[in-house]
Amino acid sequence: MTARGYLIPGLIAATLLAIFAACLLGSTPLPAGRVLAALFGGADTSDRLVIWQIRLPRALAAFVTGAALGISGAALQGLLRNPLAEPGVLGVSASASLFATVSIYYGLVALSPWVLPLAAIIGALAATALIALAAIRTRSVVTLILIGVGLSSFTGAAMSLLMNLAPNPFTLSDMINWMLGSVANRSFVEIGFAAPFLIAGTAILLLSRRGLSALTLGEEAASGVGLNLRRQRILTVLGAGLATGGAVALAGAIGFVGIIAPHIVRPFVKHDPARSLIPSALLAGLILVLADIGVRILPTTNELKLGVVAALIGAPAFVWIAMRRRTLNG
Amino acid sequence: MVDLVTSDLTVKAGDAVLVQAANLRLVPGELVALLGPNGAGKTSLLRAALGLEKRAGGTATLDGMDTAHLSPMQRARLIAYLPQQRPLAWPNTVRDVIALGRYAYGAAPGRLSAADATAVDVAIAQYDLADFAERETDTLSGGELARVHCARAFASETPLLVADEPVAALDPRHQFRVMDMVRQFVAKGGGALVVLHDIALAARYASRMVWMQNGRIIADGPSAETLTEQRLAEVYGVRARITGTSVEIEGAL
Repeated sequence: MTARGYLIPGLIAATLLAIFAACLLGSTPLPAGRVLAALFGGADTSDRLVIWQIRLPRALAAFVTGAALGISGAALQGLLRNPLAEPGVLGVSASASLFATVSIYYGLVALSPWVLPLAAIIGALAATALIALAAIRTRSVVTLILIGVGLSSFTGAAMSLLMNLAPNPFTLSDMINWMLGSVANRSFVEIGFAAPFLIAGTAILLLSRRGLSALTLGEEAASGVGLNLRRQRILTVLGAGLATGGAVALAGAIGFVGIIAPHIVRPFVKHDPARSLIPSALLAGLILVLADIGVRILPTTNELKLGVVAALIGAPAFVWIAMRRRTLNG
Repeated sequence: MVDLVTSDLTVKAGDAVLVQAANLRLVPGELVALLGPNGAGKTSLLRAALGLEKRAGGTATLDGMDTAHLSPMQRARLIAYLPQQRPLAWPNTVRDVIALGRYAYGAAPGRLSAADATAVDVAIAQYDLADFAERETDTLSGGELARVHCARAFASETPLLVADEPVAALDPRHQFRVMDMVRQFVAKGGGALVVLHDIALAARYASRMVWMQNGRIIADGPSAETLTEQRLAEVYGVRARITGTSVEIEGAL
């Protein structure tokens, strides 16, 4: 087997190790033996509580959030043939965050714990539908990206407006928590609510991934070799929208991981967009699990937000990728 | 016999008529050059004939089926298409790019059936690409890349080929090498319709010439009959001297 053949098994093994490590570490360190016992039904009640109610759901939430963003990023990059594309570029994350923020601002979240995640998913789907409509009307990828940029700017402005008008500091701090992105205090209940959207989105992306390879040739030649361009655009945007909506519902807006993971994976899969989806998902999930471990064990007075850490690492990487691209393509 | 036929095909962009009632037929065994100045409507004619662009009137059929209603996969198994713009988004290997020619058969790079793999290997060997089959496309010269695109089209094993300016911006040697590939495809029983701007090259390779001007087909026939000094003056506005298949353009009129 080549380095390529080891990529997916290696990423799975590393992810399992990272999730196990996330169960070990924390305010009350548990030795590996007790963690294993708790995972498989042994150990005492308090150990099981710490593992099953706190650490494992949190680590899994970090993983599925990262995986959804990673696979969405890889698919959108294939569709738009641009290594800088990700859910954020098309305005999907921003729109999901805006809807979540609106539900907080108007106090709708007090009605039911489901309101906030549902609002995020509706926001992602609204943005997705808009992009899908635009994708039917236009042939141009640049147009699609510009629509996404416009959408992001608009939702960003609307979000700032809501923060300006926030009635009290508690609402403001809730909204900020949501916008920065975090997987703290997530339970299996919340993961379960996001799961149908994450699974549906991932399935759509995986089933339609072959067309992403054809798009390597450019849209015109891809049609020429037999790709149904319109259908491919709709499926990819829909799949990425569902997966991203689920991710934002679970963890808020976490940026850049959808750019970094595919960028690292690409050379290992011969730069084929279709073959980059699964490893990108695994790697992005792994990155967020590790980043979340970092967030938890860093000795800060207020726990850092996962989204902040992701952006601190991701934004410079984004700039670096953009600058390298410029030197290559003029 | 698979053929591509357009009948009174008309293409409009808004009120502007890009192609006016074009009648064209392409059958296996011939190499047809589509000639005409920039803006004559050559690309629009090709795209509308393939069903890639909306037509304002007329019909276009491929093997008797309306191209507007053919699925992209069905079409791609009958006719290979080399568009004018051929940007490659990622630095894939040459072999993977050629493998995309098998897309219409359900293949993808890294997931080729035995028949697909054979077609790719044959294209690589036949068109002399073995030396850089495993290289990444961003390390190739423009001429090498043009040959890779041709091989990708031929790997589809279609009876017909439409190529829009396949030799644009290539040095003379690569122009000949690419046209040799097209001729090889025709010799094996394929039919090719090729947009060319180099009239001397067209005269050397084409068995038939289709001349377009202002959206209309103004002449269609064997090269020996339709390639005249007067036509070059009419269509391109150039003064030329023609001796056999050799064309010498002396200047603008």
